[in-house]
Amino acid sequence: MPVEVILPKVDMDMATGRISRWHVEEGAAVEKGDLLFEIETDKAAMEIDAPAGGIVGDISGKEGVDIPVGQAVAWIYAEGEATPSSPLAGEVPAKRAEGGGGDRVPTSEEGARPSPPPPVQPPTAAVHPPRKGEGKGVRASPLARRIAKEAGIDLAAVSGSGPRGRVVKADVEAAISGGAAKAPAARAPEAPAPKPMSDEQVLRLFEEGSYELVPHDGMRKTIARRLVEAKSTIPHFYLTLDCEIDALLALRKQLNAAAPMVKTEDGEKPAYKLSVNDFIIKAMALALMAVPDANASWTESAMVKHKHADVGVAVAIPGGLITPIVRRAEAKTLSAISNEMKDLATRARNRKLKPEEYQGGTTAVSNLGMYGIKDFAAVINPPHATILAVGAGEERAVVKDGEIKPATIMSVTLSTDHRAVDGALGAELLSAFKRLVENPFGMLV
Amino acid sequence: MVARLRELSYAQAIQEAMALAMEADERVFLMGEDIGVYGGAFQVTGDLVNRFGEERVMDTPISELGGAGVAVGAAVTGMRPIFEFQFSDFATLAMEQIVNQAAKMRFMLGGAVSVPVVMRFPAGSGTGAAAQHSQSLEAWLGHVPGLKVIQPATPHDAKGMLLAAIEDPDPVMIFEHKLLYKMKGSVPEGHYTVPIGKAEIRREGRYLTVVATSIMVHKALEAAKALEGEGIDVEVVDLRTVRPMDRETVIDSVKKTSRLLTVYEGVKTLGIGAEVSAMIAESDAFDFLDAPIVRLGGAETPIPYNPELERATVPQVPDIVAAARDLVRGAR
Repeated sequence: MPVEVILPKVDMDMATGRISRWHVEEGAAVEKGDLLFEIETDKAAMEIDAPAGGIVGDISGKEGVDIPVGQAVAWIYAEGEATPSSPLAGEVPAKRAEGGGGDRVPTSEEGARPSPPPPVQPPTAAVHPPRKGEGKGVRASPLARRIAKEAGIDLAAVSGSGPRGRVVKADVEAAISGGAAKAPAARAPEAPAPKPMSDEQVLRLFEEGSYELVPHDGMRKTIARRLVEAKSTIPHFYLTLDCEIDALLALRKQLNAAAPMVKTEDGEKPAYKLSVNDFIIKAMALALMAVPDANASWTESAMVKHKHADVGVAVAIPGGLITPIVRRAEAKTLSAISNEMKDLATRARNRKLKPEEYQGGTTAVSNLGMYGIKDFAAVINPPHATILAVGAGEERAVVKDGEIKPATIMSVTLSTDHRAVDGALGAELLSAFKRLVENPFGMLV
Repeated sequence: MVARLRELSYAQAIQEAMALAMEADERVFLMGEDIGVYGGAFQVTGDLVNRFGEERVMDTPISELGGAGVAVGAAVTGMRPIFEFQFSDFATLAMEQIVNQAAKMRFMLGGAVSVPVVMRFPAGSGTGAAAQHSQSLEAWLGHVPGLKVIQPATPHDAKGMLLAAIEDPDPVMIFEHKLLYKMKGSVPEGHYTVPIGKAEIRREGRYLTVVATSIMVHKALEAAKALEGEGIDVEVVDLRTVRPMDRETVIDSVKKTSRLLTVYEGVKTLGIGAEVSAMIAESDAFDFLDAPIVRLGGAETPIPYNPELERATVPQVPDIVAAARDLVRGAR
């Protein structure tokens, strides 16, 4: 029997992926485990091996287009095995490539394994298997079906992580805890969501030739999807404070001057070079330990109260941004945080982070101070309940004891998920943060 | 009284069971080709002829049909014969007596007679004995109502199930994997029985039920151990009896783990794993399945003589590891 090669799910919240490069051609003989193709996931590049040995045929997954997870991209036939569509297999995709061209997203039918009806059969006799979203045609394990039925979950709305997109128990459980997709009847009273402008509507507003179309890559799509999701499902509120950081800057200078020299491949270097942001990560982690109720994640069934502060740090990279996580930052020294961040940021820029290095976390820090931004509000990155937006440290005139004095001030804004953290609790967290930043020796002990 | 345990081989455990039964019940006697002075093709009978004499440890001519006929006739007339085949493959020669006579008589004579015969079949591949001496035909006999078919996997069960078989009023067919004869295990002294028709959970696990028979139980346990490090927690069920099959144990296990892999040495198609799979699909365990059922059985070919090919025709530990991993990781 031919073995289906599917676009696998290699990342937790991956819905589609792109094949960046095929390493085999139609008709190539492969061994199980041979490299078949590379996929560009939302945030990394992965190599996909052959699930079985044989002859590669019916390659339908084109390079550079988005393909739903679980869809067949090729088949592997045993040697000498009849390929049902072999007379056309070479022709059909080629024709499509000429006619379709471009970066058009294939429809579900095009993306599927080409199976044109035999010529003697009238075209109407072609039977297409029911696809996901058509109610009973959803691929789901019996166990997933039973749990979904009991919980009143609409299976068509659950994204399947199993082979060929099969919905398994874990998917339904995730949907239940995520509060997703009750049966349609339950959703009916909701007002229809306003639809964004269509691509055509947008393009009509510009003169033809006055722009260039750059197709979205995986990261851009993930950013768009996650931010729409975050901003439309999380009730944000914002708290802003000014922190005086002269003491912090002085301490930073002292600590950096005290860094021992170590031998590296590039000659002698200081063992660490602390940035202001490293202090902010540490202060945020310690503040969360001091106000543990704010170190939480919202789920429909329960409040997730975290025992450690895993601080995500937004890193701008070409084409987007990513948030690697400093785990258990409360227990790490400033130099450890600093060196870990340098490594994470370098690998983030090269898109070499592993999913476990950027998924999860209990809060995040976004710092635009280096651009001179005074103050801004960041969008919460679920499952976090908070994110701290950090502005530039700048000399400002402050009034102290009735006198105007210069001081270095850094404004910070905490965005907060009101479901998990109320106003007073958020304020408590932010003032704990301010105390640490203004009394930075507290971060050394 | 707590029986003392000793290490015995599977073959020794069978011999001990036969000796105990013969001591306790004079109706019990042994028949088979070369089981007397020679001690049996696999030395299972050993020196029992010296202890019990040629009338009770009886060499038969090279005619499986004749020997089986005598054994069935003796059973009908009140004796308790144990008939040994040299190889289970030769069951084919005795099918008339096994299938048409032994299995049917109780029913066709309205319960007026029973056929308490025990037939022992050295079975399975791995000894380089080629196509006519290496088969696993337990599913053939398992298809016949009126027979009981068992496959003990350990020395303990070999002794206890053989004693249960001797006491059973109906014909019991015992398939003994040849590679198990030398396997050692702790066996209690004295008389005890292991019930026919009852499977045994050899290892508890959370994510996958492996239903295995005979030597495959040991391969499955080895595979389960190898998978421990990957966090794949496998439950191994030793089916022990092919007919009547223990539905309850298997169904309960699959309801717990949500996944089923069957492993058996007989040819995959129309084999024991097919029956176990169908039983689960028909049962209320269906609603608990979170993955397709997978069977690992013998290849669709006569067993080759070449040892490499012979090994490749039956499931081995890496095959079980791979199938279990795929099932639990969601690759199937």
